[in-house]
Amino acid sequence: MLELSRDPAQFRKDIRAWLASACPAEMKGRESHDGFAESDICWGGKRFEFSSPAQKEWMQNAASQGMTVPTWPVEYGGAGLSRDLQKIWLEELAAVGAKLPLQSFGIWMLGPALLAFGTEEQKKRFLPEIARGEIRWCQGYSEPGAGSDLANVQTRAEDMGDHWLINGQKIWTSYADQADWIFALVRTDRDAPKHKGISFMLIDMTSAGVTTKPIRLISGKSPFCETFFDNVKVPKEHGPGINAVVGEQNRGWDVAKHLLTHEREMIGSGSRGPLGGRSVGQIISSDSDLNGNPVLRAEAMKYEIDSMAVDLTLDRYKDMAGVGVPIGNASSMLKYQGTELNKRGYELLMSLTGMDAAEWDSTHGELASEWLRTKANSIEGGTSEVMLDIIAKRVLELPYK
Amino acid sequence: MESLLLNEDETMLRDAARGFLDASAPVTAFRKVRDEGTGFDRGLWAEMAQMGWAGVLVPENQGGADMGHRAAGILAEEMGKTLVASPFISSAVIAATTLRAAASDRLSGIADGSTIYALAIDEGAKFNPAGVAMEAIQSGNAFKLSGKKAFVAEGRNANRVLVLARTAGAAGEAEGLTLFDLDADRAGLTRDAIAAIDGRDYARMNFDNVDATGDDVVGEVGGGLAALQQGLNAGQAAVAAELGGVSAGAFGMTAQYLKDRKQFGVLIGTFQALQHRAAHLWAEIEVTASAIANAGRMLDTHPNDAAVAVSLAKARATKTAKLAVSEGVQMHGGIGMTDEFDMGFFMKRARVGAEWFGDYGYHAAIVAAARGF
Repeated sequence: MLELSRDPAQFRKDIRAWLASACPAEMKGRESHDGFAESDICWGGKRFEFSSPAQKEWMQNAASQGMTVPTWPVEYGGAGLSRDLQKIWLEELAAVGAKLPLQSFGIWMLGPALLAFGTEEQKKRFLPEIARGEIRWCQGYSEPGAGSDLANVQTRAEDMGDHWLINGQKIWTSYADQADWIFALVRTDRDAPKHKGISFMLIDMTSAGVTTKPIRLISGKSPFCETFFDNVKVPKEHGPGINAVVGEQNRGWDVAKHLLTHEREMIGSGSRGPLGGRSVGQIISSDSDLNGNPVLRAEAMKYEIDSMAVDLTLDRYKDMAGVGVPIGNASSMLKYQGTELNKRGYELLMSLTGMDAAEWDSTHGELASEWLRTKANSIEGGTSEVMLDIIAKRVLELPYK
Repeated sequence: MESLLLNEDETMLRDAARGFLDASAPVTAFRKVRDEGTGFDRGLWAEMAQMGWAGVLVPENQGGADMGHRAAGILAEEMGKTLVASPFISSAVIAATTLRAAASDRLSGIADGSTIYALAIDEGAKFNPAGVAMEAIQSGNAFKLSGKKAFVAEGRNANRVLVLARTAGAAGEAEGLTLFDLDADRAGLTRDAIAAIDGRDYARMNFDNVDATGDDVVGEVGGGLAALQQGLNAGQAAVAAELGGVSAGAFGMTAQYLKDRKQFGVLIGTFQALQHRAAHLWAEIEVTASAIANAGRMLDTHPNDAAVAVSLAKARATKTAKLAVSEGVQMHGGIGMTDEFDMGFFMKRARVGAEWFGDYGYHAAIVAAARGF
């Protein structure tokens, strides 16, 4: 493992030099607006098929340097970078037009949960294999009867002594059909109040009784699945001292809430630059039909203003997190603003692209699919209405009754 | 990029300003100014000068505190929250920035609060510097200024005035404008007070062959817009910050009312219809706050590249303040419509602030041009 300087200026030079050799030429020079193609993302995992040998090489080189999970501690497979250094890393990646070497729910969700709530044994067991891209995780939160009312999860985990017996159904489990493991909210105490009887459990998807079924969406894609648990046995320990439950038993809601905060901030940030680096101004000005449409033009101008201001807000909250100020429930604001803006951006882009955008595979790529996909932004991870509820109750402290 | 968070000095400044204003200049103080029709409270302004606010952008060697534009924005925002009426933006921000860029020796008077500047640009209802028609006829080193200026803030109480007049070209042309720094009592200059909805000091000015010389010119003859550029940007950012404060003030009152007011036997804050609107408003205020902070930071670190950041802040602040005061009156119901209640003050301040130095459309066009439109 190469020693990277912690001095920002030197770190930038080190990263640049390392990228020159570690990132295959084929993985560089990608334009930012093809970043939407989900097929181009390196997810890792046992069943993952790399799109090219270069994609695999890039992931492995990055993993050996801890750069698949740069902010995680070195002992769990990361590079121990501060947020400031991570920013430089992302800038240098963008400068050579390279994609992230690995993206996954393990990195986004389970990792942060284990780092915050996991035991040393759990961290050692699960984090490095996420960092190396060996295991792909999926998230088992929602159920048919537990959408916005997530704490109403009914998937049952019965204590059978040395193992848990799981029965129930999860829905909207992203890529569950390609995942190796699932982190799930399960009910371990049916008599407790609904928030107090949930546990955050780690389950091997190859266990007998686990089945998945993809759900076809309006976008024509099937990124989500239904996942069924039929008398699934989950050992209490995944190896000596490695508890299957993260955090305290029956306190899974704390873990879930922590992760949701994290997820909301992430979804908000993920909405950045929905037009793939192109400004709507450039699109409009390049087309005389559009330029002569005053209503579209005015809408686009307003969108630009709001988009720039939301970007600045994401920066401001990142800076807050960087100096250790907890974002907490304000993540609901970032999620609300980011996703609503993203939907607006895609609506605008559809209008600007006109009938060309009504074709599934047009010269504009998969714009129609992307546009339809954005409609889920304000639903997944908590609907916009739930975000407003959280702001009203937890931030503004408006009365319950 | 510079952090948008407050540093230690800025946090102290904000806390001190908040403490002082809550004690010495709550909204009831503005009500008194409005009722008495004085435009602003001279005693309060003297106190603010003593604390260094009037000299916030004046160098220390001329008696200023030299705290920068982000600091000026913090003060403007805090003053906006309690609707302070003062010459802060005209004098301490615009005149100070403009004259500092021109290396004028009049800055110490601004810093100690004794010199109050007004800025006389517009002749019509909308902000449009290039639209100036007022003539400044030059002969040798002398000028004669004739024409009218509409809606000059601090126009009644100012003892000096920065006036933009045309030494060449025709109305609508950006070239040929010259900025003059004149004594407000100069012969031929008359002022008529305007009774404005927001209760502050405004006047119409009439220039009838007012004499000026080359010594009165700020910057270059014919370079008036350039001479004003930094000062105007600073002023627009400060108005944006003030509107941010107006939004926060109106929102604070409204959120409190939702926790106090009962109808149908329950607190109205329990109604989800109102909760969601209040939450949306707060989310808008948060986003606008970032744009306001960014404008101040850009003025401090990249003064020649700050125009887009300033316009972004002014556009967002205008839009958010409009939402905050509209929701404020609506959620208060009938009482929000009464003069006895303060919410109307916020609404009227926001309306004038929306127009001051460029409305939403004016600034949106500047942002759009920079974004490739």
